[in-house]
Amino acid sequence: MRKVSSASKNADRVFRVATGVAASSPVVFLVVIALIVLVQAIPSMKFNGWHFIYGIQWNMGNLYGALEHKNGVTAAAGASYAALPFIVGTLASSIIAILIAIPISMFTALILAYRVRGVLQWILSILVELLAGIPSVVIGLWGIITLAPWVRDNLAVWLSHLGPVVPYLRGPVGTGLGLLSSGLVLAIMIVPIITATTRDLLMQVPILYREGGIGLGMTTWEVVRYICMPFIRDGFVGALALGWGRAMGETMAVLMVSGSAMNLLPHNLYSPISTMAAVIADQLDSALTDASQMAVHALAELALILMVLTLLTNFLARWLVTRTGRRRSTKAGVAA
Amino acid sequence: MALRRKRRKFGSTMGWTLGWIATALVLFSLADMVGTIILKGVASFRWNMLWTVTSGEAGGLENAILGTFELIIISIILAGPLGVLGGIFTSEFASKPVAKTIRFLTEVLSGVPSIVIGYFGYLLMVLQWGWGFSPIAGGIALTIIMLPYILRNTEASLQQVPLSLREAAWGLGMTRFQAVYKVIWRPAAGGMATGILMAIAIGMGETAPLLYTAGWSSLNPTWQLTHHQLGYLTYIVWTYIDMPYTASHQLAYSAAFVLLVIVLVINIAVRALVTRPSLRR
Repeated sequence: MRKVSSASKNADRVFRVATGVAASSPVVFLVVIALIVLVQAIPSMKFNGWHFIYGIQWNMGNLYGALEHKNGVTAAAGASYAALPFIVGTLASSIIAILIAIPISMFTALILAYRVRGVLQWILSILVELLAGIPSVVIGLWGIITLAPWVRDNLAVWLSHLGPVVPYLRGPVGTGLGLLSSGLVLAIMIVPIITATTRDLLMQVPILYREGGIGLGMTTWEVVRYICMPFIRDGFVGALALGWGRAMGETMAVLMVSGSAMNLLPHNLYSPISTMAAVIADQLDSALTDASQMAVHALAELALILMVLTLLTNFLARWLVTRTGRRRSTKAGVAA
Repeated sequence: MALRRKRRKFGSTMGWTLGWIATALVLFSLADMVGTIILKGVASFRWNMLWTVTSGEAGGLENAILGTFELIIISIILAGPLGVLGGIFTSEFASKPVAKTIRFLTEVLSGVPSIVIGYFGYLLMVLQWGWGFSPIAGGIALTIIMLPYILRNTEASLQQVPLSLREAAWGLGMTRFQAVYKVIWRPAAGGMATGILMAIAIGMGETAPLLYTAGWSSLNPTWQLTHHQLGYLTYIVWTYIDMPYTASHQLAYSAAFVLLVIVLVINIAVRALVTRPSLRR
């Protein structure tokens, strides 16, 4: 038997190290991103304290005046940064998006998984996935030219008739650029993600379970309702969390239809808002012009909060989705 | 009994009807979106936009198209090898818990909001390292966006290759490296290419990571990597739709149209080729 030459042994070793380095790069990026954002946020934390989370005014101060020193850090005179409107805007718009997306993506996934097959299933799945591939600025553009006018002229007017019952639906309906439009745009962006995940989960439900249900005389819908949905429940919640994280981090589409409100809490469903992601993108100029750099640090703190929020939802989502998958694999052994 | 049966049947019909309505709604929004952008785009697109640069309130798209390509080239040069090699490691060399950890952290990285990645690029590369708004900063930000897709796709397609193929290769006396580069990558090549193409489509459509890293310029890009702002298509869509002039709006529509066509072509081609029903499973 011929021995493996030392050259190819070395090549093997070099290759293994190179791939190992490449495989560790996502971890490195993740850690570096978190570290840099955290370090840059510290001056803002010192300067603003907890006020950052519950205050309303985002005020860069007098950029041409003297600098102010407070808690060992320097900022423009009169500056005060607080992010409550952006946190509220992020949570409100993403929750609206989730509320819209839950029924739509669940029903669509059911159709994709159980009601169509073969070529039709393939085509419909591709179309739903295409929606996920559309760039967010393009969705934002569509939001400005089609969705916002429709919301202003039809949907909001109709919803405001319910104003006497639900105070948040009361008018004025404004320009169409605001919370409701942001929620709708976000819903469109997360529906394909949730649908695709849910469809895959539904296809994992063992066929024997479904056949058993049919054999008991259940209608096809009852099989879905009492067998399939309970089976994928955790995974479905995970898919929602995944979509929620996406909705909170989405920037451009929201920025284009949110109305970019500053220093203002939303008072009804149609108020202009701003989300954390959108405000970071929107405040580029202020980051460039503040000589004391405090605006940069404040935006970094905003980015930090956003990152923590999305990472938490992502952890939760991954945990829930993989848990369903594992349960399937243990039970599939019985079926097979 | 008869009433109960009727009620259950009615419930079933209702449920599936709602299902079809939801599906129709999703397809309608897709059709409306694509239709609107394409109609507006076709109406405002002029061929000479392809060889004039942006100027003031209107002009063309040449600088933005070239800038987008430059950013994509830089980021694919970085993300391609990192992702493919990383995927090979995760699939071929890593032990189970290590592979699981890498997979998990890659998913987490893809969940980091793109604006946070962009802002990170601004803090580290533009300010701290002093590169200024530059192609390389934008390219690295895009790299971070693309990397998870390439890595995951590579790994998933390698996992599809049957173990017997590896065993045969090892049985011939190949080292693991030889097995990968002579045998195993071949059946997985399609999947890897898919990952890279999808990553390109995603990178082309991104705006948020570039705002703080690439800047904006109405001049054609050069190959200067630092201290040189450059334009890209998505920026035009975002800013020119906010201007009060018709010509600017037309430029925004055209940019969105060009972008949408490229992204859709990549998406459809990849999905049509890779997930054809006959080839599935």
